[in-house]
Amino acid sequence: MSNQEIIEKINGFLVDEFEADINLITPEASLKETLDLDSLDFVDLVVVIENNFGFKAKGEDFVNIKTFQDFYDYIIQRVGDK
Amino acid sequence: MNRVVITGIGVYSCIGQNVDEVRDSLFKGKSGIGFDAIRKEMGFRSALTGVLPVPNLKDKLHRRFRNSMPEEAEYAFLATDEALKMAKIDDAFLDNNIVGILYGNDSTAKATIEGVDVMRAKKDTTLMGSGSIFQSMNSTITMNLSTIFRLKGINFTVSGACASGSHAIGMGYFLIKHGMQETVICGGGQEVNPYSMGAFDGISAFSIRENEPTKASRPFDKNRDGLVPSGGAATVILESYENAKKRGATILGEVIGYGFSSNGGHISQPSVEGSARSLKMSLKDAGISVKDVDYINAHATSTPIGDAFEARAIHEVFGDAKCPVTSTKSMTGHECWMAGASEIVYSLLMMHNSFVAPNINFETPDDDSAKLNIISKTIEKNIDVFLSNSFGFGGTNSSLIVKKIK
Repeated sequence: MSNQEIIEKINGFLVDEFEADINLITPEASLKETLDLDSLDFVDLVVVIENNFGFKAKGEDFVNIKTFQDFYDYIIQRVGDK
Repeated sequence: MNRVVITGIGVYSCIGQNVDEVRDSLFKGKSGIGFDAIRKEMGFRSALTGVLPVPNLKDKLHRRFRNSMPEEAEYAFLATDEALKMAKIDDAFLDNNIVGILYGNDSTAKATIEGVDVMRAKKDTTLMGSGSIFQSMNSTITMNLSTIFRLKGINFTVSGACASGSHAIGMGYFLIKHGMQETVICGGGQEVNPYSMGAFDGISAFSIRENEPTKASRPFDKNRDGLVPSGGAATVILESYENAKKRGATILGEVIGYGFSSNGGHISQPSVEGSARSLKMSLKDAGISVKDVDYINAHATSTPIGDAFEARAIHEVFGDAKCPVTSTKSMTGHECWMAGASEIVYSLLMMHNSFVAPNINFETPDDDSAKLNIISKTIEKNIDVFLSNSFGFGGTNSSLIVKKIK
């Protein structure tokens, strides 16, 4: 899967599962604020990551993820590690 | 003591998804029963069930609310939204007043099983998702609706088997009567899926008249062979008479009597004595005689023993008063945890439209039902007072009496 395909897949589930406005998803935008994520939403983020990419993210993995670009980079790295 | 009135009703059921549709179905004697092939594949003895669509609330509720809601909470949301609108209770009222909720529910099988299935498959509890805990607790309806409607009063679920919805209204009535609450959202909800009904099917409680789904639920008929499971949700808005008058709300009826009892006997076998005590207690609480009751909405689920015992209890209490009796479960099937609330809604619709809905499929009386005045075809009738029975496993009984305010 190319990086672009990964990003499209991520954006797809953020729109479908988290009902994000695609126009607000930009690489530099805040993931947490744009999606209005609370602590429960992070649990569901772990679920959709597992469903879409087959690995289990840990809570501490999200500490350094601030922007959508950070999120893309994290997923791309984890997919590459598999 | 406060007088307790009903100012709004809402319903989502297999005979209609709002009060207008349900009123028409009741008048026409329309059955909501069908055949669910999936149940047959799963090994059900009977695949009969009430048939209703699972709502899509995407345009009505934020994702975060929906994530915590199993189907029974979705049904209950729609019924409650309709009831609040009818009662003219808006967001401003909810934000500035103490409104409570008491809702009947006694299972969350689908949410529980699907959550556990994920845990078993993935060997990881996080992957059950954040909604699973809120969907699978028995209080799921009250916890979801109290959050959505920002309720600040009494807030808990009443689990009293197939009398849950009736007891919820009875408890709301009690709290308002004694001045502890002004307004309480009451009702009952019931999930409709194979998981929730497999074990019930397993004790051979269901009708196996699968070749004639709409004729399978036949309360009081001599040839009945079991109940048909069903569900949805129904809501009534209870408030003090003073509060309703002050708001200028339309009063649909006054709850004047609540009776209850426990059989103190077998876990599934009914009791004439226990049921009769509930009936008598409601009449005493209402301060009326049997001659004042214009219509009885029976619990009768279409099981051979249950209907016979209820017929004997009604006859014991009402004697030869010949009060019209019907079981709307002939059309809806047995709405279980919801039934006690939905049957108040059904009876109120009859009261306000001056008819008695038929006990469809009542073709041949048996020795017990022959002693009652069971109505098998819709009749026009003025109803000033009705009584509604609900009985459940464990021998829990509830009877509610509602009077028209003129």
